[in-house]
Amino acid sequence: MGEWVRIPLSSNYAAAYAAKDADVDVVAAYPITPQTTVVEKIAEFIANGELQAEMIHVESEHSALSACIGAASAGARVFTATSAQGLELMHELLYIASGLRLPIVMSIASRALSAPISIWGDYSDVMATRDSSWITIIASSAQEVYDSIIQAYKVAENPDVLLPVMVAYDGFLMSHTYEPVYVAKDRSTILEFVPKRKPLWNILDPDKPITVGAVGNPDWYYEFKYQQVVAIENSLNILKQVFEEFGKRFERNYSFIETYNMDGSDIAILTYGGLYGTVTEAVDIMKKRGLDVGAIKLRVFRPWPTEELIRILKNLKAVIVIDRAISFGAALEGPIAMEVLATISKKSLDTALHSYIASVGQRAVTEEDVMAMVENSIDLLKKGVSLTEKSIYWGVRQ
Amino acid sequence: MTLQIKRLASWREVPVGGAITQPGNSVNRPTGDWRVFKPIINQDKCVRCYLCWVYCPEPAIKIIDRPYKTSSGREWKMTFEVDYDYCKGCGICVEECPVKAIDFVEEVK
Amino acid sequence: MDLKRIEIRWHGRGGQGAVTAAMILAEAAIYQGKYAQAFPEFGAERRGAPVKAYTRISDEPIYTRAPIIEPNAVVVLDPSLSPSLYVEGLKKDGLLIINTKKSIAEIKKDVGRDDIKIARVDATKIALEILKAPFVNMAMLGAVAKVIPVIDVSYIEEAIKENFRPKIAEANIQAMRRALNEVEIA
Ligand code: SF4
Ligand code: SF4
Repeated sequence: MGEWVRIPLSSNYAAAYAAKDADVDVVAAYPITPQTTVVEKIAEFIANGELQAEMIHVESEHSALSACIGAASAGARVFTATSAQGLELMHELLYIASGLRLPIVMSIASRALSAPISIWGDYSDVMATRDSSWITIIASSAQEVYDSIIQAYKVAENPDVLLPVMVAYDGFLMSHTYEPVYVAKDRSTILEFVPKRKPLWNILDPDKPITVGAVGNPDWYYEFKYQQVVAIENSLNILKQVFEEFGKRFERNYSFIETYNMDGSDIAILTYGGLYGTVTEAVDIMKKRGLDVGAIKLRVFRPWPTEELIRILKNLKAVIVIDRAISFGAALEGPIAMEVLATISKKSLDTALHSYIASVGQRAVTEEDVMAMVENSIDLLKKGVSLTEKSIYWGVRQ
Repeated sequence: MTLQIKRLASWREVPVGGAITQPGNSVNRPTGDWRVFKPIINQDKCVRCYLCWVYCPEPAIKIIDRPYKTSSGREWKMTFEVDYDYCKGCGICVEECPVKAIDFVEEVK
Repeated sequence: MDLKRIEIRWHGRGGQGAVTAAMILAEAAIYQGKYAQAFPEFGAERRGAPVKAYTRISDEPIYTRAPIIEPNAVVVLDPSLSPSLYVEGLKKDGLLIINTKKSIAEIKKDVGRDDIKIARVDATKIALEILKAPFVNMAMLGAVAKVIPVIDVSYIEEAIKENFRPKIAEANIQAMRRALNEVEIA
């Protein structure tokens, strides 16, 4: 429905186009590599009149999210974008945005954390926000970045959710890669799907003054946190509805989890972000060579899609999880692998789990690497390894 | 023996995000029993400057439509009084009064 | 070149526009309705440092995000780069498209491979004459358009117009067209 144009965009530009087409009112962001061109493009849209929004120039990411919190409290539709150290500098505000139940949407060009200084991609920054009560979507293509941001507003602003959403994608490998994207020819196509929000309250109404950010003493704090538990749980349903409605309306289908070549495969590789694309091409090559391996993409990290994942895992002999971040000193150091392990235990499935860490700090991973991981895992299975004792650090020089 | 616990609102009942949507709700919370010292306005010295009313953190300074004539013969149209149901005895008014018109005396309960 | 997917690696120095050329070629492919992907090799960008960029073009969706290790074609914007650097991984029967004043025989000697095809053009001369500056990237794009004829020149022109101000776009289109006519292949 609606008219669409197919244009070449990087994922950064796709994020900027989505913010424009969602008709955001306020943007406050601080430029950081590799996110910078998101902010540049939005500034351009505002300058040439394509977007009527207030761009708040701030001196840090801490201020950026603070300004977004203020604007969202006043009822505005708000957008920001960041990466790596910028997301870390926002960290305390992440909890304030979600605690105040503000439907802010943020795009993340995921990048490794210093030190040593790295401007290159991995998911350390996103994984570190795990417990901040933000809904977290990880996209694998520029099209998905655009679509996910549109969906994000609809989920975030739903009265049963009212939580901020981050949409992450690979720093550089996606943020700076140009590829074809369908964008709405006219903003109304998008706004019919996600009409502007009706805020619960507005701090700027002098006839109805309110207090936001009050103290929650031990008699009260816990109840507010439990509300957030319920809200993010509710978001599972709302996300599902929004994906379905989006699919019906625009004929691009999304879910919590995407799979590829699962029929007849009893081993599958689970990963997220742009790496999923490389994995699916490796799957094609293996298929040609007579080996059927499936691919699973985790698209929604928070809320964790337990049911959907169990439905897939229960048919598998083994799942190979490739993480692009390290949870240092954890029971299993791949952050997603650890969640998959918890999911397997929940239903006492006998699916084997092999955890790999790869492409940390954007160390190149090719189809050959993916196939070698599969070979390695087939070997491990023959030796009876149903759970890797520690994560396997693929490609690290010994 | 049962412990009497006041029933507080459940998570379903508290406002989303902890926003306080009824302004001026401090009148629902009398804080008069916190006091150790109490402020007493000396109506003869008071110059009706409003500063105590501005600084008081509780709704404890009342401005009353009652004329007052001082011992030196000056006439005022209104009177400032402390509402002891809300006055928590913080002493801010005592400190801020520019003419030292507020005495701070130990509470006798 | 008759392939389902064409993978091109661009070599230049920071500031020469290899990244822009890689992107414009992908954009042109997308305007034509094809699938394409362009991305730079992400270093800490400094003027003068060797730079790599990549373009993939296909009739089918492209999912991989892996770097191109065995390209079908290599485009060299700067003749002073080391041949061992730019022919690395170039597939058998692959194309080397190079900006140089040297003859094809001389280049062949430099790169020491006779299982590849070589195309040469003096893009520096073209750029200096038309643009009055050594911005060789759009001239090299013209050479690519000629020897890998999968993208219609009109789409390349459209993509150039999208990326430059009108006057500069005009000059770049001229440079691109001239290289397209002057490129020699063996
Ligand atoms: S003592 Fe404190 S609370 Fe009482 S009237 Fe003075 S300022 Fe108000
Ligand atoms: S601050 Fe002192 S002088 Fe002023 S109104 Fe209050 S009691 Fe009177």
